[in-house]
Amino acid sequence: MGLFEKLKQGLSKTKKALIGNVKTLFKGRKVDDALLDELEEILIMADVGPGASASITEALRERVRQGKISDTDELESALREEIRGILKQGHRVMCSGEKPYVILAVGVNGVGKTTTIGKLARRFTDHGFTVALAASDTFRAAAIEQLEIWAERAGAQIIKHRSGADPAAVAYDAVVSARSKGLDVVIIDTAGRLHTKSNLMEELKKIKRVVSREIPSAPHEVLLVLDATSGQNAINQARMFDEAVGVTGIALTKLDGTAKGGIVIAINKELDIPVKLIGVGEGVDDLQDFDAKSFVDALFE
Amino acid sequence: MFESLSERLDGIFRKLKGRGLLREEDVVAALKEVRMALLEADVNFKVVKDFVERVKERAVGKEVIESITPGQQVVKIVHDELCSLMGGGQSKISLAPNPPTVIMLVGLHGSGKTTTAAKLAKGFKKDGRRPMLVALDTQRPAAIEQLRSLGEQIDVPVHSTHAGDNPLNVYSGAFDIANREGRDILILDTAGRLHINEELMRELEELKERARPRETLLVADAMTGQDAVNIAKAFNERLDIDGVILTKMDGDARGGAALSIVSVTGKPIKFIGVGEKLDFLEPFHPDRMASRILGMGDVVSLVEKAQAAVDMREAMSLEERLRKNIFTFDDLKAQINQIRRMGPLENILSMIPGLGKHMKGLKVDDRAFVKIEAIINSMTKEERANYTIINSSRKRRIAQGSGTTVADVNRLIKQYVAMKKMLKKVRKGKGLGLPQFRF
Repeated sequence: MGLFEKLKQGLSKTKKALIGNVKTLFKGRKVDDALLDELEEILIMADVGPGASASITEALRERVRQGKISDTDELESALREEIRGILKQGHRVMCSGEKPYVILAVGVNGVGKTTTIGKLARRFTDHGFTVALAASDTFRAAAIEQLEIWAERAGAQIIKHRSGADPAAVAYDAVVSARSKGLDVVIIDTAGRLHTKSNLMEELKKIKRVVSREIPSAPHEVLLVLDATSGQNAINQARMFDEAVGVTGIALTKLDGTAKGGIVIAINKELDIPVKLIGVGEGVDDLQDFDAKSFVDALFE
Repeated sequence: MFESLSERLDGIFRKLKGRGLLREEDVVAALKEVRMALLEADVNFKVVKDFVERVKERAVGKEVIESITPGQQVVKIVHDELCSLMGGGQSKISLAPNPPTVIMLVGLHGSGKTTTAAKLAKGFKKDGRRPMLVALDTQRPAAIEQLRSLGEQIDVPVHSTHAGDNPLNVYSGAFDIANREGRDILILDTAGRLHINEELMRELEELKERARPRETLLVADAMTGQDAVNIAKAFNERLDIDGVILTKMDGDARGGAALSIVSVTGKPIKFIGVGEKLDFLEPFHPDRMASRILGMGDVVSLVEKAQAAVDMREAMSLEERLRKNIFTFDDLKAQINQIRRMGPLENILSMIPGLGKHMKGLKVDDRAFVKIEAIINSMTKEERANYTIINSSRKRRIAQGSGTTVADVNRLIKQYVAMKKMLKKVRKGKGLGLPQFRF
């Protein structure tokens, strides 16, 4: 099965994909203001947000005014273009030859950080890389145990301290130990934290600092894990985590529900942070690379 | 972000000369802004549509009350309507006549069920009851360990078996033990999975059938977007929930999901979760939630936030000083640390009603705090108490002492003066958007 097929299959689990309603809406309609209004509603319902939805439909209206769109087919391809134009495309999450390749995973509580890390670790070990997981979530009850189970599933090593230990110290140990053992990848699991808690954001900065001190180019990837069911607050999350630790990519989880994940469009409208991974199920293989073009295409299939 | 809804509405009504009745065209224009505010707060689109329609009916033709502007009048109507919509229920958990009272928590993964279960248990324990937690999430790795460890922290027993066990078996065991040990409250922590997961829904239905809970509560994340209606509907249709606990309210999400959920289920929000510590479960206040959804100031939350970050005495003095407009550089310095603990300054200031207008161009960067502290530390006692004596030679000395520039010192003084003025206005009620509201 090709990548595109898989993505489509994953997204089809949402039954209506991101804005699958568009097809239904366009059927047998002519392009007029009413249609564009309804399109805007669909975008808002997909969590694209009132601002971004309005700007997308405004761009389409402009094209209609210029006579560039006359039927719904043209409107659809223009809509694809608009969304594609907003979505950022980043490089794949893979080792870059640097050893160890360090990935820092951050996000608010309950978005699926540990699960995403588990799946990501498995993907690396499947490709023959050696992986260490750093249990830097020393706060939440049983977070270390949860990561341990994933490490076992993925065939990865785990570096852990006691619950309540300094998260930065755990990250330090993981990086140092991975380097001395010649491991390929280190993935650091951090405690979920609301982006508004400045002391916790400071703690995150410290983790990053400690890692950078050992390996100046690290962390090579700072993944912000976002829940597809979240609304416009995800923009604040992205902005503030980015300000704190410089997010290099987004992992969008729980896309297999009914949430459309349109929030990434809203985020990309404001911030230059590409989505890199999407979670479309609970299985280990359900973590996929995000490809903006396939993603947009899959939305309309 | 700072512009509050009532200010935006005042802009619309500025054209409206004099007082009189709220005319339809003005109301329609105003409601466009209301609609935008609600959508930005993640209230579901269809819910917004119905809601705006209802408010329009109520607002058109209403007489504008003397002392307030038409914009404020519309906001008041919107606010009242929101309150009455969300305020139907009571923030209580009803206890079964024959113990044990069984409380079943359901919800998506990551919504905060396990933490909430522990918080509830802690609350009951404080009330002198004998709760027991039951670990029915036998699927997620380490979910059982998580509940066990929380149980230990609050000294409440947790009944659990092993990963992968059938939840019905686990429940039966728990029920027997509860009877034997005289536990009067059983809190069931169920597996979180997607609401479209048929297997999970059936498992929960069977469990509900068996356990006959007194309360089935949906645990939902305050940050949820448009999908909140689908989630709430699915859980309510299958499990006939009795109420909702809204979690992660300590973030800056506007929490429109609350309105969406209440609208589609007709079930009350009973509690809100406001922190990771286990006593942070609070009763739900519809009026505060309405203000938050509308993006209006919320002084009560401001003070509460302050209390959460600083100790009571400190918070009281902060509140008092804000009110009395006593605000020296020493206060500024002392409060910087408190405020930092409450989160970004912008969020804090946005909670003060009416501040929006005055905050424009007065962005205080959180990272600048270090510099500010250094500058204040280099001031003499007299300078801190009375900024007007700081002349240019003093400024030079302060800049040198703090390793900053005179420009930095000037900027701080300017910001400080602006803040002082702003606080004065707030105190006098000039800047208060809606002084007649109970916040």
